[in-house]
Amino acid sequence: MAETKKLSLIAFSGDFDKLTAVFTLATGAAAVGYEVNIFFTFWGLDAIKKKLGRSPLGSNWLTKLFGVMMGGLHATPTSRFNFFGIGPKIFRSLMRKNNVATLEELVDAAKVLGINLYACEMAMHVLGLNKEDFIPEVKDVLGVASFLKLSEGGRTLFI
Amino acid sequence: MTFVKTKIELAKLQEGDILEVLLAEGEPLDNVPRNAKEQGYNVLSVEHVEGSTHKVTIKK
Repeated sequence: MAETKKLSLIAFSGDFDKLTAVFTLATGAAAVGYEVNIFFTFWGLDAIKKKLGRSPLGSNWLTKLFGVMMGGLHATPTSRFNFFGIGPKIFRSLMRKNNVATLEELVDAAKVLGINLYACEMAMHVLGLNKEDFIPEVKDVLGVASFLKLSEGGRTLFI
Repeated sequence: MTFVKTKIELAKLQEGDILEVLLAEGEPLDNVPRNAKEQGYNVLSVEHVEGSTHKVTIKK
């Protein structure tokens, strides 16, 4: 049986480099006609927050503190060579210099290509986040069962 | 990413419009015309411009 052209990604990591991998794969696949789903969970939720910097999103003092520590897309650290936040700046400048799309450009491309973005319900509960805290392109808030149904018949990757 | 950018530009165009893309040799030059064809676009020409730069003309 021919596999449907469908790619589903679980974006667990909130690291700049791993999110770059998520969005590079997602946009590349979408551009060649794949249906693409990205399920953001736990640290990965940082990538779809409306507030790109650090802000006290959360339902109580502890989750608000987490909100500030985790931050949004612009505050994502690299998994290695972070050097207290200088790492991502260095990588961003290297990417620009080599004419490679930056993480922000990839996220914009994902929106234009109509990639389906989903947020994990359980992680949102734990971190005290609401759907309103995320960019409007986030299609829905899902649990495991719904994600499995969505990803059925395609390939799934965990990053 | 080159094809991602090409695809986004193609999406903005009307049926029958022409898009010219400047590409470097190697992966982008292999990929963009092939994917454009697979997606049902008409690749009119691939010309060498200078150095390793090539111009691909695609009709939507």
